[in-house]
Amino acid sequence: MTTREMGHDAAPRVSFFNDPVIRGIIYQVVVAVILIGFIFWIVGNTAANLAAQNKTNGFDFLWKTAGFDISFALLPWSRASYYWEALLVGITNTLLVAFIGIVFATMLGFTIGVARLSSNFIVARLAAVYIETIRNIPLLLQLFFWYFAVLKTMPAVRQSIALPFDSFINQRGIMVPRPTPDQEFGWVMVAIVVALIVAGVIGGWAARIRTRTGRYPVQIVWPGKLADAVVTFLVAFVALVVLLGVVFPIASFVPVSAIVAAAVALGSLTRYAAIAKAALTFFVAFVLCNALLGFMFSWVPSLMVSLISALIALVLGQVVYSNTANRPPSDARFPLALLVLIIVGVPALVYWLTGATLAFEVPVLERFNFKGGLQLPPEFVALAFGLTIYTASFIAETVRAGIQAVNRGQTEAAQSLGLKDGDRLRLVIVPQAMRVIIPPLTSQYLNLTKNSSLGAAIGYPELFNVFGGTSISQSGRAIECMAIIMVVYLTFSLITSAIMNWYNARVRLVER
Amino acid sequence: MTDITYVRPSLVEARPAPRSTTGVLAWLQKNLFATPTDAVLTLFGALFLLWAVPPLVNFVFINAVGINGTVEECRVETAGACWAYVWSEMEFFIYGFYDMSELWRPNIVFALGAALLIPLLIPKVPFKRTNALLLLIVFPVISYYLLAGGVFGLKPMPTEKWGGLLVTLIISAVGIIVSFPLGIILALGRQSKMPVIKMLCIGFIELVRAVPLITILFMASIMLPLFMPQGTTVDKLLRALVGVTLFSAAYVAEIVRGGLQAIPRGQYEAAASLGLSYWKQMYFIILPQALKHVIPGIVNNAIALFKDTSLVYIVGMKDLLEAVKTKNDTALEWQSGNTATTGYLFAAAVFWMFCFSMSRYSMFMERRLNTGYKR
Amino acid sequence: MSQVSETIVEREIDTSHMQVSKTEVAIDVINMHKWYGDFHVLRDINLRVMKGERIVIAGPSGSGKSTLIRCINRLEEHQEGQIIVNGTELTADLKRIDEVRREVGMVFQHFNLFPHLTILQNLTLAPIWVRGIPKAEAEATAMHYLERVKIPEQANKFPGQLSGGQQQRVAIARSLCMQPRIMLFDEPTSALDPEMVKEVLEVMISLAEEGMTMICVTHEMGFARQVANRVIFMDQGQIIEQNEPEEFFSNPQHERTKLFLSQILH
Ligand SMILES: Nc1ncnc2c1ncn2[C@@H]1O[C@H](COP(=O)(O)OP(=O)(O)OP(=O)(O)O)[C@@H](O)[C@H]1O
Ligand SMILES: [Mg+2]
Repeated sequence: MTTREMGHDAAPRVSFFNDPVIRGIIYQVVVAVILIGFIFWIVGNTAANLAAQNKTNGFDFLWKTAGFDISFALLPWSRASYYWEALLVGITNTLLVAFIGIVFATMLGFTIGVARLSSNFIVARLAAVYIETIRNIPLLLQLFFWYFAVLKTMPAVRQSIALPFDSFINQRGIMVPRPTPDQEFGWVMVAIVVALIVAGVIGGWAARIRTRTGRYPVQIVWPGKLADAVVTFLVAFVALVVLLGVVFPIASFVPVSAIVAAAVALGSLTRYAAIAKAALTFFVAFVLCNALLGFMFSWVPSLMVSLISALIALVLGQVVYSNTANRPPSDARFPLALLVLIIVGVPALVYWLTGATLAFEVPVLERFNFKGGLQLPPEFVALAFGLTIYTASFIAETVRAGIQAVNRGQTEAAQSLGLKDGDRLRLVIVPQAMRVIIPPLTSQYLNLTKNSSLGAAIGYPELFNVFGGTSISQSGRAIECMAIIMVVYLTFSLITSAIMNWYNARVRLVER
Repeated sequence: MTDITYVRPSLVEARPAPRSTTGVLAWLQKNLFATPTDAVLTLFGALFLLWAVPPLVNFVFINAVGINGTVEECRVETAGACWAYVWSEMEFFIYGFYDMSELWRPNIVFALGAALLIPLLIPKVPFKRTNALLLLIVFPVISYYLLAGGVFGLKPMPTEKWGGLLVTLIISAVGIIVSFPLGIILALGRQSKMPVIKMLCIGFIELVRAVPLITILFMASIMLPLFMPQGTTVDKLLRALVGVTLFSAAYVAEIVRGGLQAIPRGQYEAAASLGLSYWKQMYFIILPQALKHVIPGIVNNAIALFKDTSLVYIVGMKDLLEAVKTKNDTALEWQSGNTATTGYLFAAAVFWMFCFSMSRYSMFMERRLNTGYKR
Repeated sequence: MSQVSETIVEREIDTSHMQVSKTEVAIDVINMHKWYGDFHVLRDINLRVMKGERIVIAGPSGSGKSTLIRCINRLEEHQEGQIIVNGTELTADLKRIDEVRREVGMVFQHFNLFPHLTILQNLTLAPIWVRGIPKAEAEATAMHYLERVKIPEQANKFPGQLSGGQQQRVAIARSLCMQPRIMLFDEPTSALDPEMVKEVLEVMISLAEEGMTMICVTHEMGFARQVANRVIFMDQGQIIEQNEPEEFFSNPQHERTKLFLSQILH
């Protein structure tokens, strides 16, 4: 027996082929060679096939005239446009429908996700049924349903169904008034932006002062109260005009409304604020309920509808009454009304001062078709609607999982510290839930964008339809077109994941 | 002894909760009317149901034309769903253009598949390994020859004639099953220390996951023939299968990677320290643990894939959705206001049943394996 | 009965401020019952805690100790009887619940710090948003209490970066920042390693020395012996026995108490 020194050179010798490093290299070389060979084979075959079909290749076609129509384009488009313009039209159409789908799916999805966790049995069940139904049916089938079974079976143009606000729906889509702002209206747009910024700055400033000193600054509190009264007056006035005008039509309802609204607004400044707010809530809730229920149950006597609406409004008024009675003193309340007034009031003021007009071009039925207005083609409506409904069910599940991922102990700790429900959600639960929700939410956004390619099946001219369908059949450059489409989608995906990586790195909870 | 001393003389027996906290009324109070806001929500929910459910029930059942009805009944203004239409076209929806006289062949395939699949899904039934081998290897071979024919005196039946639910099931089954080993290999490749293999796998996975399925299907159905040597023809169904499978494999790879990452390092080290070769380590130690973790993810992927098979319609394959749409558009003898809606409703119900049962099964397995998310 | 020999701190405990008020009632629980569904979890609880009292609740697992103290700040609601905290009776009225929760601090077994906020933010969150205390002042208070629990240097770290004992001390400081009159502890040390237990108990003892009214659910019998003026033994959702610690440990009366003590004291 010999004793061996422990050391590098004493390591047991391995045969050449069993050395893992060399083996690894051999594997990789083999794979690379096979792959390269395979690619050559494919390229060779393709070249031969193309030659046999007398087809050319290359990306030069992008600068050639496309010569086909696109039914719906945000960018200027004519038959004389180039292929690269077709690409842009496809991309913008995809982005348009994806953007609209994302906005609505997010709103719907969050609502349903929260509803799914509601302690109210009916609400939670309804949300669950929605989720389980929608996400277990293929999107394409849903699109077909909306497009072929719903929108395409709408009446012909001459029998269009009139919707509120001068809108119409028929086989050819939805016609809505088109806003036609004049020159001065530009100032109103500026005012809107400025008002938003100002409101944001004031809100942020108020919140900072609130943290620093413990209360909102006086400079904010009094204007806030005033703004609250003004907003109260306006809302009450509108609600009352509708209420009196529609439900109890009496001759002089406008001045009566103004007087009552003023009384409510003044009341909200006194110590009877709770009663004033309750009254306001009652008016608004009654009007809204009455309209909604009246629409839903048109076969029920309107008196009955009004009674039920009144009951609901009464209960809501009571809720608001007790909330208002228990609310913190005015220097501890966020001046929401002030911000609302700024955002709505400043542009309104500018609109009035500059004499701007925002006319609406109303769609009008002519002999065979609608003239004017904004015409949303049924393909677009069906795709946006279908994507929204479908993706919302996935977003809802994401939201539910995110909220549930926040430990119950967090709620209990916040409660035991005396945080009110609103503060608890805002400061403790939502920030933690959002960290869990946002990454899967983004991937749902990406999925929605990819799924918008199904629009091709119902004829919406999105990227795949324009550039994969029509362009290929017109130009014959299948490989080039597909490559471009894939690169575009890959870019969407890479951008999204870059943003996500950045976000994740930023919000990751610090652990040991 | 001080005044705070206290000893309970006799134990208090448990008694039922006061009526106000149990029973139907308390349940209603707690779940429907806990606060005034809750009461309003409940009222709205109830009103919504009142508004939505009766028309739905009317449409689907009460005013619907039953399976023995006629098209005239369906064309009546007030008629609901036209189930007679679905019933009369049922064979087309299930088998496509498959010869009427040969329907026993797909039927045997369906029956055999169910007979092999169901025991595999029930955890208690023994012989899992044999069962799986039969289902995954013997069954596909038998099914292929049965369906395609051309041997043992069976009438040849080209795949162009296959259609409807049959094709939907074939594509999803093949996609789900074949993408599984492919996905595992891709996942292992992505974890490999060999840069070439690693980059290849990453590139494939990320590219495929970044693009929509229809681009892949389009590539497979239009471009695959271009890639092949001149004169070769690739069966259309096969092209769709290739596309769907490759697509699904990339997703499976990511799911499996999640499972591999969930395994503690110690397991890898322990496996290596036993002196097992790479493949043996994976086969005996790592994969069995990893795959157990990922069953729910795999089933969710299967559900997604099952729904996605409907996209083959866009590249001209004849699946269930295509069958329904074709009949909706072309069955003039059944034209009525509700024909299309009824057709889609039927297709939706079929898809829903398959997906919903898969998701319930996944939840069941999750609970059984206890690997799911727990609070 | 075996003696409780273990002590928590070597030094003498300063009892000069530990005075139990004879007249001021901090918490009054009267004939209280609670059910979880049909399970009668708390039965006929009667407990009057005077200001300045330090009460330890012991009992086997599942006996309802946590449930009892969670009822006191209404993390759970009771179905029968009354709970009156600082003269406010707990009912469904949110205003009263808020009032009580502001006066009562609670420390949990698993700390429940807010992981997305720094230690300092954890401590100032409630003072700023509940009490409306200016930020600078809230931070000064927070630093004061962090010093009391001996970890001022951790102020800008996140909870995930601290050890269990440190986290629990932060949790105690977080409650103290609201300047509660009563502190509730639910097994504050049972998720900790032995050496961390001591650092948390030290903090609790110093609180007791300042005359804080506290109720602790704990299995630290040494703590009970040194600090508590009353030990309550619960089983099957009821108070079986209560006594001064000395008497409780040396001369338990009830069979169940004897059994329990013999099990935990070996
Ligand atoms: N939310 C709940 N729903 C139903 N039963 C519960 C709930 N919380 C606790 N229980 C039951 O109530 C009983 C008392 O629980 P509690 O947590 O108060 O016990 P404990 O004395 O604190 O026990 P431990 O020492 O283990 O913490 C237990 O039997 C428990 O199973
Ligand atoms: Mg407990």
